[in-house]
Amino acid sequence: MIRVVLPAHLKTLARVTGEVRVDVAEPVTQRVVLDALEAQYPALLGTIRDRRSGQRRPFVRFYACEEDLSNESPDTPLPGRVVAGEEPYIILGAMAGG
Amino acid sequence: MTGVRVLVGTRKGAFTLTSDGTRNDWKVDGPHFGGWEIYHMTGSPADPDRLYASQSGGWFGQVISRSDDGGATWNTVGNDFAYQGDVGEHLWYDGTPRPFEFKRIWHLEPSRDDPDTVYAGAEDAALYLTSDGGHKWTELTALRTHPTAGVWQPGAGGMCLHTIILDPAQKDRIYVAISAAGAFRSDDGGASWLPINKGLRSGEIPDEDSEVGHCVHHITQHPSRPDTLFMQKHWDVLRSDDAGANWREVSGNLPSDFGFPIAVHAHEPETIFVVPIKSDSEHFPPEGKLRVYRSRTGGDEWEAMTEGLPQADCYVNVLRDAMAVDTLDPCGIYFGTTGGQVYRSADGGDTWAPIVRDLPAVLSVDVQVLP
Repeated sequence: MIRVVLPAHLKTLARVTGEVRVDVAEPVTQRVVLDALEAQYPALLGTIRDRRSGQRRPFVRFYACEEDLSNESPDTPLPGRVVAGEEPYIILGAMAGG
Repeated sequence: MTGVRVLVGTRKGAFTLTSDGTRNDWKVDGPHFGGWEIYHMTGSPADPDRLYASQSGGWFGQVISRSDDGGATWNTVGNDFAYQGDVGEHLWYDGTPRPFEFKRIWHLEPSRDDPDTVYAGAEDAALYLTSDGGHKWTELTALRTHPTAGVWQPGAGGMCLHTIILDPAQKDRIYVAISAAGAFRSDDGGASWLPINKGLRSGEIPDEDSEVGHCVHHITQHPSRPDTLFMQKHWDVLRSDDAGANWREVSGNLPSDFGFPIAVHAHEPETIFVVPIKSDSEHFPPEGKLRVYRSRTGGDEWEAMTEGLPQADCYVNVLRDAMAVDTLDPCGIYFGTTGGQVYRSADGGDTWAPIVRDLPAVLSVDVQVLP
């Protein structure tokens, strides 16, 4: 069970409060987690990754275990503490306001 | 008739403003979708409880929301706005080819008789259609793949398809306008398109008689005279009386040759309204006076409507989708500003009053008369 933290706007779209949890098989990667998240909450399709290319939207970031994973390969395994459910996988909107 | 509902899209959410037929006392509801840019929120002519909203933003892209209860509750519907087939290229600002890239939906145009059927105009310019209430969107590709598309260039606001008119007399006739490509007409439900820009003059393009390349800001039509179209262009106000085949300038005595919205009176097809803006580089009202100009002669002769509008130190803009008319008698006219005010006239434009003064910058205004 992977814990996922969503930014406020995406919680509203997904109609959730607090963390969400997704069930995925190992190896657990960002791509696997995001695929499961979008399957569980279809309203999030296209809001985190481009629907065509699968690329992270420019002002969305991915953090875990105090590391910025935004530019890591989507197929790199996530840290063990995320896989074990001890730490959340964090999706957030970048500081891009003005 | 139980009242009117004004649908306001802003830079930071949507608002609904409701009143009875007097249009004097208003209830403000919102923000809906707080923090999102609402380029357009509109209602189905066939079912006033059916609303659609285009939500977008720099962080999370494009979302379309739908309400089946007049805006009390909303659900997200489809947001898969794929370009079908070969994406193709248009011209970028530096004159180099650039692939079409979806950015947002600027305008939603529901069918006159089916609440599940809606057309959507996109940036980069493309036209989409849903027939299932917004779940699945299909591109009408003949527009984006028109032989002229390779030389379309974006205006300063992006290469947006911002105007969609579904002709009330001919079922398969559709008009669209794109900044800065121009106006187009289809007579076969979007299967093919004809540029309709003859008579538009723009000194900023090398060939003023070019088939495309004109920065059309908005077009409107009165349903009783479907072959007559009124246009506010980047420069000039124009009219066509032959379904866009030919245009002539009707700017007349307007105090400037620039503006964004244009609207036609609900019951007087030769009465039109514009909000002159000083110039393309300044984007505020001439002399700091916010004036709606009304022509009762279909253009050429204009009178300033000032009562109730600020006549000093006003430097707001009124964007292209931010003016609407209701069908009550007397006709109501509504517009929103980039300063967050929404003004209404309940007497055909003679007098004005703010409904609300401090919203985020207004992107769009639409209005429904409720049964």
